Amino acid sequence: MSFAMAFALLVAVEVLFAGGAAAQGRTNQFRVCADPNNLPYSNDKLEGFENKLAELIAKELGAFPTYTWWPDRRGFIRNTLRANLCDVVMGVPNGYDQVRWTRPYYRSTYVFVSARNGGFRVRSWDDSALRNARIGVVAATPPADAMIKKGLIQNVVSYRLTIDYTTEYPGEIVDHVAAGKIDVAVIWGPVAGYFAKKQSVSLEVVPVPEIPGLSVPLSYEISMGVRKGDRERQTQLDEVLTRREPEIRKILEDYGVPLVEGPLVRKPDEVKRGVVGERYQ
Amino acid sequence: MRRSVSIAGLVLVVTSAVAYANPELLRLQTDDKQWVMPGKDYSATRFSTLNQITKDNVKNLRPAWTFSTGTLRGHEGAPLVVGSTMYVHTSFPNNVFALELNGPDVGRIKWRYLPKQDPSVQAVACCDNVNRGLSYADGKIFLSQLDGYLVALDAATGREVWKVQNADPKVGATMTSAPHVMKDKVIAGVSGGEFGVRGHVTAYDIKTGQEVWRAYSMGPDEDVRLADDFNAANPHFGRQNQGVATWQGDQWKTGGGTTWGWYAFDPSLNLMYYGTGNPSTWNPTQRPGDNKWSMTIFARDVDTGKAKWGYQMTPWDAWDYDGVNEMILADLTIGGKPVKAVVHFDRNGFAYTLDRTNGTLLVAEKFDPDVNWATHIDKQTGRPVEVAAMRTQAGTNSQGVCPAALGSKDQQPAAYSPQTKLFYVPTNHVCMDYEPFEVKYTAGQPYVGATLRMFPGPGGHMGAFIAWDAANGKIVWSNKEQFSAWSGALVTASDVAFYGTLEGYLKAVDAKTGKELWKFKTPSGIIGNPMTYIGPDGKQYVAVLSGVRLGGNRPGGRPRGRYRGARRGRRVQEAGRIHQPGWRVDRVLTPLSDPRARRGRRARPRRARASAAVFWRKRCPSPWPSHSSSP
Repeated sequence: MSFAMAFALLVAVEVLFAGGAAAQGRTNQFRVCADPNNLPYSNDKLEGFENKLAELIAKELGAFPTYTWWPDRRGFIRNTLRANLCDVVMGVPNGYDQVRWTRPYYRSTYVFVSARNGGFRVRSWDDSALRNARIGVVAATPPADAMIKKGLIQNVVSYRLTIDYTTEYPGEIVDHVAAGKIDVAVIWGPVAGYFAKKQSVSLEVVPVPEIPGLSVPLSYEISMGVRKGDRERQTQLDEVLTRREPEIRKILEDYGVPLVEGPLVRKPDEVKRGVVGERYQ
Repeated sequence: MRRSVSIAGLVLVVTSAVAYANPELLRLQTDDKQWVMPGKDYSATRFSTLNQITKDNVKNLRPAWTFSTGTLRGHEGAPLVVGSTMYVHTSFPNNVFALELNGPDVGRIKWRYLPKQDPSVQAVACCDNVNRGLSYADGKIFLSQLDGYLVALDAATGREVWKVQNADPKVGATMTSAPHVMKDKVIAGVSGGEFGVRGHVTAYDIKTGQEVWRAYSMGPDEDVRLADDFNAANPHFGRQNQGVATWQGDQWKTGGGTTWGWYAFDPSLNLMYYGTGNPSTWNPTQRPGDNKWSMTIFARDVDTGKAKWGYQMTPWDAWDYDGVNEMILADLTIGGKPVKAVVHFDRNGFAYTLDRTNGTLLVAEKFDPDVNWATHIDKQTGRPVEVAAMRTQAGTNSQGVCPAALGSKDQQPAAYSPQTKLFYVPTNHVCMDYEPFEVKYTAGQPYVGATLRMFPGPGGHMGAFIAWDAANGKIVWSNKEQFSAWSGALVTASDVAFYGTLEGYLKAVDAKTGKELWKFKTPSGIIGNPMTYIGPDGKQYVAVLSGVRLGGNRPGGRPRGRYRGARRGRRVQEAGRIHQPGWRVDRVLTPLSDPRARRGRRARPRRARASAAVFWRKRCPSPWPSHSSSP
């Protein structure tokens, strides 16, 4: 039946006995849902920093990571975590209402990316260079609000938030800075840090300052996500995330994730009325 | 006219029809023995002159036969009947079945078309992987696939005649709406506004699939294809250059305004009518301006695609009130004068009656009195007079906004009876709290989305089925429904109106009074549109798709919080599962008008599954003959 086949193709569950996990006495599964093709976060070759984190945390729990691969787009949480195909997703914003979130394990920020040898080495929102720059922004992300607030919207070159990862990749906007197609990109730190390193020209990655009065923050804390109601796993992960903070930080730094200092505190649970809607067409 | 019933006869129809697509459809749309286009006729009235089923005998309606489509997910739209064949579409992967209506073999699969689509497109689709049905012309069945391909199938054999890509899922564009054939063109829309797709409608030659024209919802005037006299009768609606000037920077390039609704066509004016969806991005703060021509009713010349007029209903949308709902053409009398009208029940809660020759706004009134985002529509300017507290904006949680984002009515098409001069409208009655600046996360990037929390509107019910007087802008009668009425409507010459409910009832009501005459419980919720036809046995049938995926983003869909009442609906869905994983019984239900006729027929199950039979014993006290087919 074609539906079943389609399902099997889409959800390739891969069990990995990495590094002789069994030999180390790791018998439990640490079941993760992740995108098979979205570096720097994860891929099915286990090259992303979330793959490394999953290995670290699984080991700490005496388990080995197993993956269910699913593109991290609309319906990701619904089709993976909520469908009980896994127990953990590795990265969600602290307070993300689709899941039960753990304590955050890093805070990153939007950044300016510009060529080190060009005339657009931007460091602040009021930098005069921005007035004449072609500014790459991913549509719907918080910097779009900043562009409106700062009167820069006419300079914006829009990039799409959701793209087809088989032919495109989120680092394209960074490539365009390197190639001079745009002058500055204002993008999410982990994406910028990773892809800036891969360019042949030297790029500068500078955290954007927060803008007082902007309706959205420009830096975010990232937690892990478990199913709502899975309080036990959340507290267990909180404990591991606290205990292994130095190792986690090391992994993030290896991938060039721009980190913002400050205490990492779990946002409290919220109770709200009504049914949470997803977006409609 | 009794259509020939054999395959050979159908082929005859095909060959004789080839050169005369336009006359053929003009004729077929008025032949009420058949149902050849989504809205029944070019005017999209969903009105049938059939009258065998009456107010008196509708209570005798019995299931005649059923057919399991074999796919999960919601089943919107309606089957077609051409000659003695019924054409049934399914949700993803958009299978098509041609079913025999004649003789003892009723329900036999004549052919099936099982498209192979990349399953990853399901991740792109917004709201359940629905498909809203097929169109017929020129011996071909037209199908819009979720993966963006428009396909023409030989109606006699199911063989692919041509296939073109109309939408690219790689950029988030998909297709869920039915294709609409007008003259010798098939018009296809696009879904995917939430991904920043710039909406468009495209006309293809029905014979070759060759693109004839494409018109975008925003951008430069040549892209939007404005006629020179665009909005000449109503210059205050906006004329030239608005598709760029009402946006900031290059935002129009990802401006949304998708086109996934139901279209209508007036052959005498040569104009087609449709609506465009919400602007993108979703967050109004990020796109100041009217964002034209999102949320717009367009009238276009069907041969050139040039827009004769356009009227934007919800400038600078802040609520996701897509303007794509059906356009119904009706000749009304307003203020003593005959008017060629187009009537549209918008998500924003207002019912609009416009002069379809030039776009002049005649009537715009709330069809749910609890709509509160605007007090009224200013007839001079054509703009809504908003209630400031209800506009979603930076730093404000807007509480108790009615309607919710799904609208006072979504895609479920209304019906119009030229006899009663009334419109029969399935509606939602759901309100929301809206927090527009919650941060979401997709593919490893935060973005600014909205969380909306929905709850029943005043009175505690979530829907209604109403009769609407579009000449005066008044509700004539209203039947409350516990859940949103998410099925389309059908009305017949015997003044019986049909619609379905999320609990799974197919209901018949008196079109004059709203009095419930009959109801029948199907195994799943109904979000399909009832249709009617005359079978080869000369009897009038009503058919409807039953099948709703609960737990998605349908109203009443996820039984949580104050929606707990929907649990009953969920049980229905679970009951529909048979033992194969990922399989649910979704079916076309075809009740008969007259039980005596039923006795004379031999509609028996051909290969009823044991598991399905278990289901019927357990869940349905009066099992009916059931076909089962696995693609």
